[in-house]
This record gives sequence, C-alpha cells and structure tokens, in this order.
Amino acid sequence: MSEFEPKIVSFFCNWCTFTAADLAGTSRLSYPPNIKIIRVMCSGMVDPKYVLKAFLNGADGVLIGGCWPGDCHYINGNLKARRRVALLTELLSQYGIGPDRLWLRWIAASEGTMLKEVADEMTAKLKELGPSPLNKTAAKVA
Amino acid sequence: MSKFTKIAFNKGELNTQLSQLFSDMLENNAVDAVLAPMAQPKKGVMQTLVTSKENLASMDPFAPVMPVNSAKLVSSLTSTPSGKRIAMVLRSCEVRALVELVKLKQANLEDTLLIGMDCHGRYENTDFLKFQTKEGTSEGFLEGALNGKTESDGFDVAGACKICEYPEAPNVDIRLCTIGSGNGTLYLEAVTEKGEEALTKAGTKFADGPGGRADAVKKLAAARAEARDAVFASYREETGDFNALDDKLSACINCYNCRVACPVCYCKECVFVTDTFRHKGEQFINWANSKGTLKMPTDTSFYHLTRITHIAAFCVGCGQCTSACPNDIDVMPIFRTSAEKVQARFEYLAGRSVDEPQPLSVFDSDELMEVTGQVK
Repeated sequence: MSEFEPKIVSFFCNWCTFTAADLAGTSRLSYPPNIKIIRVMCSGMVDPKYVLKAFLNGADGVLIGGCWPGDCHYINGNLKARRRVALLTELLSQYGIGPDRLWLRWIAASEGTMLKEVADEMTAKLKELGPSPLNKTAAKVA
Repeated sequence: MSKFTKIAFNKGELNTQLSQLFSDMLENNAVDAVLAPMAQPKKGVMQTLVTSKENLASMDPFAPVMPVNSAKLVSSLTSTPSGKRIAMVLRSCEVRALVELVKLKQANLEDTLLIGMDCHGRYENTDFLKFQTKEGTSEGFLEGALNGKTESDGFDVAGACKICEYPEAPNVDIRLCTIGSGNGTLYLEAVTEKGEEALTKAGTKFADGPGGRADAVKKLAAARAEARDAVFASYREETGDFNALDDKLSACINCYNCRVACPVCYCKECVFVTDTFRHKGEQFINWANSKGTLKMPTDTSFYHLTRITHIAAFCVGCGQCTSACPNDIDVMPIFRTSAEKVQARFEYLAGRSVDEPQPLSVFDSDELMEVTGQVK
C-alpha cells in the first residue's frame, strides 16, 4: 500500500503568502504537492465556512497563510483571521479535528523558504497523524 | 445600591397585584407601554404589548412558559425607536440575549425599562398547555419551584432551564424577586436609578430587602451550574467525533426552526437559504459518487456547524433551539458546549455587559500568539 498522502487545503493571501509560494517556485525550492493552494485576496476573507466545508469534504488539513501582523495589505484582515481560527479551533477540537489540522501561519512575500518549511512541516505532521476522521477515501484505501 | 419593596399576596392575588403595579406605572406616566406575558383569551400565555391600564388584567409573567425568546420581540420594538418608553418583563436569558442584540445594533435600550423576573424555568410550550388544562397556576408553580420541585404530571421544565446558571436576570432596571422571598411574597428590587424613578412614580415606598436572597440565588445558581457541567461532560463524552455529531443530527430536516427560534442568530438573510446552497442535480450525483452515499437533505452538519461559528460567542443557553426542533433533536448542548469553550477563549460572557465588545468585532496585533506560534 502506498504511503498516505494528506490533502491540505490552503488559503493563501494574494499579497504575502501566495507571493511567497510564487517565490518558492521561481527559486526552484520544491515543496510537497499535498498543499492545494486557493488564492484569496486576504486571509481575512477566509470565512469559517470555507474551513468547515474543506474538513467536511475530507481535507486532512487546512492551512491559512497571511501577512505578518502590521503588514496586511488591508491593514488588519490577518488579525480578524486569527480570531476566527481561534474560534474554529475551539469548535473543531470537540469533534476530533484538533489544532494540528488547522494552521494559520504568517508568511511574508519574501519568505519563500519559510513557505517551503511550513509546507514540509505540515505535511509531515499530517502523515504522522494519519487521515482526517472525515477523509472517506483514505479510509477506503486503508 | 439596590432598594426593595415587599409585595405580600394572598392566594390568587399575585397577578392582580402585578397588574396593579403596572397600571400605576402607566397611570403615573412612568412608562408609555408595557410588554409582559399575558394570558391569551382561550389558552396559552404570550408576550403582549399594552398601552392602556385597562388592558393589564390578564397579566401572568410568572407563567412557566416562554413561547419565544423575547429578545427578538424587543428588537422589533426598538431597532427603529418608537419614542415611547416601554416596560418589558423578561427572563434572564431574554435579557442576556437582548444585550447581545444591542451590541449587534439590532436593538436599542434607550426607551426601555427592563424588568427581570427571577426564573425557575419554563415548560415546553405543549407541556404548558397541559399544565393549564390541569388548572395549574403560576402561583402553584412558584410555590413548588421555591421548594425545589418544578415538575408537574409527567413533565418538567426544559432541559436548558435545569442547567441555567442565571436564575437572576442581570443588566435590568427592576427585578421581580421570588428567590429567597418566602411563600406568598414578592419583592421588587430597584436595581438602577431608572428603575427606582419608575417605581417611585408608581407610588412605591422602599424598605428592607429579603434577607438571605443573595445566598439563595447563589445556591440555586451553583446547583444548576453543577447540573450544567454534568450535561456538558456527558455531551462531550458522547460526541467526540463528526460521526457522532452526524448521528445526533441524523433526523434533521433542514427546517431551520432552530435558527428562527434563536434570539442571537443575527444574519438578516441566512446563507443556507441563498443560491450558494441551491446545488445542481449533477452536483448531488457527484457527491453521491464520491461519498458512496449522500443523505438528503444535504449540508445538515455544515449548517449546524456554521451556526456555531456565528453564535458561539453570543449563545445565552435559552434552549429555544431544542424546543423548536420538530424532530426532538436536543441541539442545545451542541451550541452551549461550543459556546462555553469559545466564550472562555475570548474571556467573554454573552449577556454580561453592554459595554464589553463582542469577540469577533475587535482584534489586536498582540494577542492570541499561540494560534500561529510564530514570533518575529
């Protein structure tokens, strides 16, 4: 049986983290393809519903990437994202989706290396944790 | 500091005395209107808005029923102000939900005189009708409740009420105190200056309060908090994963009654009735293909989880969601357990204060550092 490959739905802000992913690419840094990127204008526009929907549809992890506090293109969207992630963590933990599966990380446009590191780290962590309890396809394979 | 006045009533006189009090308030221009639970002509007790003292006779605020959480009614009455001062008789959960609506700018306390009644719980609406048929009275219910017995023949107060740690209404101008008052006695407590002024206008003379009330309230609250913790613990035990949540919600028919009944479900239009959730036939087939089976109607857990993200910070635990469910799904613990965690995380308590900002309306750059765990 092939090794479990986690699916990580990633919401990256257009201005910082997505640009960092672009930089990682142009710098020829390879990061795991488990990260499925959805480009959003700001981490602050990631509605908690997007995260719920991703998990309910079997995502093994959700990674939200935004600008560092103080650097948000829209001044404070990232700070709103942080409060929402805190709320989601409280809610999801009760149902078996712990904070290990929902990550928020600040990755600036210049931090292509950090993007690679975070992607590596999260992929490794989820491989260790195994499939999300809601990931029906992984359960079938196993 | 609170001031009290004692109202002693003989059997069958509680409601007459209360009607008299509100009649005096209207007559002496302390308020222009009264919103209070009143007996309806045939059956039931509903919140009723009255502007003339002649129409107060059927007043029955201590009837053990709460057909809707009145915070929503107060929102209708005050979000575009009428300019009239309205006295409103509310339970603790109604006042606390109202506080949240005020902060959401969906209600306004400017012209209100909030009168909180000590709450011993409510029966489910259909149980209350049985209670009425069997000649149950509010006085009888109060007498039993003060001796720790709320159940009637075959039914008891709602599950939410048994675990409600707020028998006394906070943030009110006047309280109708029964806890620690003794049988056949009601105390009026003027909590704020506004309340004192209204009672003074109505001709009230203040005197000593009921000795031992504070302790009695504390004791009752503690007993209910203990019951709450037990309910929460067993809910958390039962539902450790999404499958267990799905099982709990398996009979859900997406009627959305729980959100209609919820006093703090604040969206003007619920996203679950918009086109976002009007899927194409092909989409359903694809889901059935990928998931193996597709329970319909779909998006049930998604709906309830989304509701948690919206209301967890504001949930006051009134239990109207459970009461509104046509399929007897006890949804209240789903919302209350998450609400407890979320409110603790943000050091917030729904209904505690009008001045405390709601958790998702403010943010700070130097907070919740543990979420990302990153330090620059």
